[in-house]
Amino acid sequence: MELKASMAGSVWKIIVAQGETVNEGQDVIILESMKMEIPIPAEKSGTLAKLNVAEGDFVNEGDVLAVIE
Amino acid sequence: MIKKILIANRGEIAARIIRTCNKMNIMTVAIYSEADQKADFVDMADESYLIGPPRVNESYLNADKIISVAKQANVDAIHPGYGFLSESDVFAEQCEEQGIIFIGPRASVIREMGSKILARQLMEKAGVPTIPGTKDALGTTEEALIAAHDIGYPVMLKASAGGGGIGMQVVNSDEELIVAFESNTKRAKTFFGNGDMFMEKKVEDARHIEVQLLADNTGNVLHLFERDCSIQRRNQKVVEEAPSTFITEKTRNQMTEAAINAARTLGYTNAGTIEFLVDSKENFYFLEMNTRVQVEHPVSEEITGIDIVEKQILIAAGEPLGLSQEDIGINGHAIEVRIYAEDPETFLPSPGHVSQVIFPQGEHIRNEPAITGTCDVTPFYDPMIAKLVVHGTDRQDAISILTEALQAYKVEGIKTNLPMLKRIAEDETFKKGNVTTAYIQEHYLPIIKAK
Repeated sequence: MELKASMAGSVWKIIVAQGETVNEGQDVIILESMKMEIPIPAEKSGTLAKLNVAEGDFVNEGDVLAVIE
Repeated sequence: MIKKILIANRGEIAARIIRTCNKMNIMTVAIYSEADQKADFVDMADESYLIGPPRVNESYLNADKIISVAKQANVDAIHPGYGFLSESDVFAEQCEEQGIIFIGPRASVIREMGSKILARQLMEKAGVPTIPGTKDALGTTEEALIAAHDIGYPVMLKASAGGGGIGMQVVNSDEELIVAFESNTKRAKTFFGNGDMFMEKKVEDARHIEVQLLADNTGNVLHLFERDCSIQRRNQKVVEEAPSTFITEKTRNQMTEAAINAARTLGYTNAGTIEFLVDSKENFYFLEMNTRVQVEHPVSEEITGIDIVEKQILIAAGEPLGLSQEDIGINGHAIEVRIYAEDPETFLPSPGHVSQVIFPQGEHIRNEPAITGTCDVTPFYDPMIAKLVVHGTDRQDAISILTEALQAYKVEGIKTNLPMLKRIAEDETFKKGNVTTAYIQEHYLPIIKAK
């Protein structure tokens, strides 16, 4: 499952590292947009197989931030 | 004499400051980031300088770079606006050292009011009522628990260096406090570089009412009455009005007197605001002091006829106010609403491309826009894209002008809070003036969710 950015912003914090397991609803990444923190939760439980971004990166709406398998 | 000013800010407030400078025949210098190359304020200034990439640390918060541009452009003064470096005592001091006038109070006063713990202590000394709470910073969770038992739940946990609602939380129990103390300390450290926390009793049914002050270098301190800014979401203001229709003349006199005493005790100069929480019995308590021009300053300008930015510049140039309190009166009623690029129900930001903007026009309507046409609203800065200010003969008149103005207001391409503002303007509770800081949470959101 692809974890996508819900809006443009920068990656403020990565909470789950590559290879770690995540539960449905758990925040994986926190974006910062317009001075606000936007948490991006996992839609399904699984393992964070791939992380495409680093803290500080700028992302556009719809960009794939990570892949959960 | 101030003949040339650099505006260390962006958006609507940069445009607002440039307008007053034009009126005063003062040359203006804009600074801008790569994200703001096409912004209106950049074109409005006499000179403009690109200072760096979009991120604030590399642009609008880059004090060294801003000062070097100020020297290159040979300005007499820097106006910091609000936000960014406006409440940085370090920046104010740097300006002083470089022989550039900082349009605001002395660096030492900014430092004192920047620490909410110290500000509380100084206000107590000045005889201004503060909310029952802790005197010093809370060192550990255990100390926080003892303090909470002493004060009694619910309490407000706050970051001493906080602002914009960050590091601040209502806490109802020991369990909540244990979690909140740790997370807010962390957030405050990350955002403000200082994790000091303190605690105050939560004031129930509170209204947020603040007093606008002007103080010159000769010791003349005046107030421009109060603003009621009770309608807030995420602890940030959305609707502001002046005067307050809730407080009696007696309370108004007491609050303005307390604010003036505070400014005198601090040796305050330039424009500033003392924010109070007022409970249902009209007891008022010091909340914080803002040592800069505020977003909502236009409502005070509308009812008093005084240009606050002009006064800021004149005071900074060493001119006396040339006014006494008796010269200042209240004319009618003014309301300001902030137009945010955000979802009107979730309050999540909505950056993107604006395809069209239509501003309402009319005799008693004042627009303070950051954008005036097709443009991109970027995710790098605050979501406020414009302010709408209306001035009526009384509150009812102001609300009817507001309602009509909002009907004509159009922003296409991104989500804005215009639907929420329209709903508020037409809401019976708002029309009755029966609003506290819980209005959005307890009144507006339940109505939205019921639909």
